[in-house]
Amino acid sequence: MAFLKVSSPHAHGPMSTGRVMRLVLMATIPGLVALTWFFGFGTLTNVLWASLSALAFEALALKLRKRPIAFYLNDCSALVTAFLLGIALPPGSPIWLILVGTGFAILLCKHMYGGMGYNPFNPAMAAYVLLLISFPVEMTNWLAPLGAVPASELLGPVDALLRSLGIGSAPIDGVSMATPLDILKQNDALLVDDLWAQTPQFGTVAGIGWEWVNLAFLLGGLYLLYRRVFTWHAPLSMLLAIAIMALLFNDGGSSASGGGALFNLFSGATMFGAFFIITDPVSSAVSNRGRVIYGALIGVLVYIIRAWGNYPDAVAFAVLLMNFAAPFIDHYTQPRTYGHKKPNAQEKA
Amino acid sequence: MRKIWDIHGGIHPPENKTQSLQDNIRAAGIPAQLIVPLSQHIGAPAAPIVNVGDRVLKGQMIGEAKGFVSAPVHAPSSGTVAAIEPRVIPHPSGMSAPCVVINCDGKDEWISHQGISDYRSLDKNTLVDTIRNAGIAGMGGAGFPSSVKLSGSKDKPIETLILNGTECEPYITADDILMQERAAEIIAGAEILRHIVEPNETLIGVEDNKPEALAAMRAAAEGTGIEVVSFPTKYPSGGEKQLIQILTGKEVPSGGLPADIGIVCQNIGSARAIYRAVCHGEPLISRVTTVTGEACSTPRNYDVLIGTPVQYLLDLSHFDASRCIRLIMGGPMMGYTLQDTAVPIVKTSNCVLAPTVEELPPPPPAQACIRCGMCAEACPVSLLPQQMYWFSRAQEHDKLEEHNLADCIECGACSYVCPSNIPLVQYYRASKAEIRQAQQDKIKAERSKERFEARQARIEREAAEKEAKRKARLEAAKAKQQSATKDGSKDDIIQAAIARSKAKKSGGADNPPQDPAQAAIARAQAARSGDAVSETAEEKTARLEKQLASTEKRLAAAQQKLQLAIDNNDDNVEAFRSGVEKTEGKLQALRKELDAHRASQAPAPAESVSDDPAAAAIARAQAKRAGGAETESPDAARERLTTQIASTEKRLDAAQQKHADAQAQGDANAAAFATAVEKTQAKLDKLRAELAALPAAEPEPAAEASNADDPAAQAIARALAARNANAELSEADKARNAVSSLEKRIAKTQQKLDQAQADGDDNAAILSDTLAKLQGKLDEARQALDALSQEEN
Repeated sequence: MAFLKVSSPHAHGPMSTGRVMRLVLMATIPGLVALTWFFGFGTLTNVLWASLSALAFEALALKLRKRPIAFYLNDCSALVTAFLLGIALPPGSPIWLILVGTGFAILLCKHMYGGMGYNPFNPAMAAYVLLLISFPVEMTNWLAPLGAVPASELLGPVDALLRSLGIGSAPIDGVSMATPLDILKQNDALLVDDLWAQTPQFGTVAGIGWEWVNLAFLLGGLYLLYRRVFTWHAPLSMLLAIAIMALLFNDGGSSASGGGALFNLFSGATMFGAFFIITDPVSSAVSNRGRVIYGALIGVLVYIIRAWGNYPDAVAFAVLLMNFAAPFIDHYTQPRTYGHKKPNAQEKA
Repeated sequence: MRKIWDIHGGIHPPENKTQSLQDNIRAAGIPAQLIVPLSQHIGAPAAPIVNVGDRVLKGQMIGEAKGFVSAPVHAPSSGTVAAIEPRVIPHPSGMSAPCVVINCDGKDEWISHQGISDYRSLDKNTLVDTIRNAGIAGMGGAGFPSSVKLSGSKDKPIETLILNGTECEPYITADDILMQERAAEIIAGAEILRHIVEPNETLIGVEDNKPEALAAMRAAAEGTGIEVVSFPTKYPSGGEKQLIQILTGKEVPSGGLPADIGIVCQNIGSARAIYRAVCHGEPLISRVTTVTGEACSTPRNYDVLIGTPVQYLLDLSHFDASRCIRLIMGGPMMGYTLQDTAVPIVKTSNCVLAPTVEELPPPPPAQACIRCGMCAEACPVSLLPQQMYWFSRAQEHDKLEEHNLADCIECGACSYVCPSNIPLVQYYRASKAEIRQAQQDKIKAERSKERFEARQARIEREAAEKEAKRKARLEAAKAKQQSATKDGSKDDIIQAAIARSKAKKSGGADNPPQDPAQAAIARAQAARSGDAVSETAEEKTARLEKQLASTEKRLAAAQQKLQLAIDNNDDNVEAFRSGVEKTEGKLQALRKELDAHRASQAPAPAESVSDDPAAAAIARAQAKRAGGAETESPDAARERLTTQIASTEKRLDAAQQKHADAQAQGDANAAAFATAVEKTQAKLDKLRAELAALPAAEPEPAAEASNADDPAAQAIARALAARNANAELSEADKARNAVSSLEKRIAKTQQKLDQAQADGDDNAAILSDTLAKLQGKLDEARQALDALSQEEN
């Protein structure tokens, strides 16, 4: 009777990588629902094309690297990248844009570095930045939300598909409109209150539709916190940092204002970034103390770029910049081991 | 409510403890054979004090502790010692170690033993000795000898005594049920410990998933001042360092002991064993072990004799091998797999786990690390398992040490939570082993380097000394040569030339080697390369005698060894016998050789008609010294003389030539060369005369025709001639002549001897012998002369 000869431990917890990824995918559902409700089916087609192409690129990369394809596709990491990129892109983006984005994300940002777990940068954000810089027109072609336009103007499923494939009178279907952050940035004449009254995009605390989308992503993020997929340190510190920066630099609503705390928190990709982007474990800091610093600095950078930078939304840039800094943060935020007086880096350095 | 702290991290695996708590502790009974390993503890293994075939009683000490950190082992039941040999022991590697195997007779007869009635009146050291002699080691899994832990030092006063009843690993319930059923004994053991250690407070830590155990312990501890503390269940709070942190909030310094912060921690099983040892005199020969897992249809706790094979317990629990692919000694988090069910239960075996495939499925393949950090959150020691994983894969040992790999308690919490199924603990174990190996290699390399450098220094020193000696000899030779040419004494140069030619011809054998070992080596080398083994006769005699003496000694020793082996009934008797036979054979051969050599010494010169006149001459002189008569056949003599005449003529020509040259150049040595020419001429004449006189067959003329080169032969020739000449003379005159000639001869020999000694000449020995003999003869002759003179007068 030959018994197995394996090393302890022999029991294993319920968590697996595939499970973590699938939980993240599930947590994006509220956000997807909100996006579809307010902006039509454009986001869903984004996600659809992104998912298909991401899986195809991943399979190609695995084949080139001579790895077992089914085993690696099973961990759903390509799908998560696809979802995040699809959500970040303007709804109804053309398919070639999506293909370039996922190709860059999967092939260059992930497999060139060694595959899952080895990429230093968040692949979805790196792809977003590539597209934003390379194709500024397509990347700023945002649609009008429900409330600013009637429901009939929203993209239906077929329309969305056709638009993305470039068939039909693509630019006409769907009404383009700048995002609230964009509007605030462009504004240099009106006071914030007046701007709010005049522009139809602004809703309760932030833009119409956008505030609901952010709220939906917040709910999704809270669910992930509950399931212990990640800890509270990074998201909370990012949100706090944005809020504090906005409060500090809010000049009472002048024309040069960067928007109030709530406005910043519920606009653009703030909640999405806080719970789905910066919590990507591979590219972020490792220890909880490190994550606090990481999240806080991302928040600070987001506000700085929004208020004084060239781009209306800055989550992608802020995240990439802090990805550079993550190893450095890790080195100086090592925990103190049991039985030692000081953390390792300080004992040696 | 006593304050408790929390450890960092930790996990909550499913407990699976209820299965084995359905029943009370069951006695496992006595198996047919008990295998008692001699090392069941940390420290030096015990040394066996029984022999194969001895009958041992239950509780009898069969292995004594070796050194301070060690513990003895005892026979768990009565029986006969079947063997003391390596057997497979419970260890992750499946290695074997020396064990005492006892065939049980089933009587279970105790050795006479008694407890101490009032231990409080005893000296603490006596109590600790009792505990040591009872072989008590940490029964929670580590196996540290308890007596060593309790022998604290005076400068480390103990504040807190902690008893560990946590048992945080899933499946294991041995301590739980022990607390439920034998709480009073545990508390009694705690009191004994308290008496020895003298702490300020005594605590017993129990997790809150053991309500009945808590109740029983609290009831038993009432009135004793021992506090039973319960705390929330979490793995791994049962580790010594973790329990200390939970109960006291203090951390044991890295690399230190709990005693450093005034804490002593003991398992409750060990406490109960201490009670049995002190109050009942029972050594540690049994323990409670949980046998569980779904492959056993009756999981329960057993009171097992140490040394019981695991298969015996599995049979008792109705183990179904077809459903089980992994057999674990210990719990699912820190236990190791067993390959062989014949391994015995030892003092630290708290559980045998036999899970089915569905219960503990085989580990899935590991995926890439996604840097999620769950491992760092779960680690109770606040390490960074993720970084250690990267460094372990890259084998960066110094980074691993910086990240405190040595503090890892290998609890397995990090591997448990890893979503990518990475076997983290396995990497850390491998790295720890690599680091340890690298340290040992480094020490070895440093020692080798030291030895190498010392050897280099020694070689250099010796070379320098040789060089200095060579230079000194060169200087001395130069000085001598200069002084020689200054004196104009040609004899030295010629002697030197003769000596050199001799040396060349005989291959350096007439240099008596300083060292018999070197001589032996030279002989061996010559024999190997096929040269003639040149060795003077007396050297050979000396060598043979020495060899004979040493072989006799060796034979005596071999015979002694053989006798000893026979007495001890050793297995190597045959080897010793053949050794004795060989030595005897050698001895006989040597004796034969020596006798033959001695016999051959007498007629040696006649037989040795060698091509080498110089060696032959020397041999003759030596043979004469040994007492043989000088005999030589006329034909051989004629041959010899012819060659000698030829060579002497050549030498004469050369000497005349040199003389002529020297005269032509006006050299100061011309006179010396003239003398040389005269001498060579004289020699030549003599040889021619001898050759002419050869046909005479009498021994005396034959003696006269001896080699001109040989001074001793010459002297004898002269003596015989003188004797013939003096035949008519009166006895007294003869004696007088004899005396005077002896005196002359002595003077000459003395002169030659001095010269020879100064030159380091090899014939010095011969000359000194000759001198001594002549001296003796002179004395005799003088005596004779006196007597004759007196007679005449």
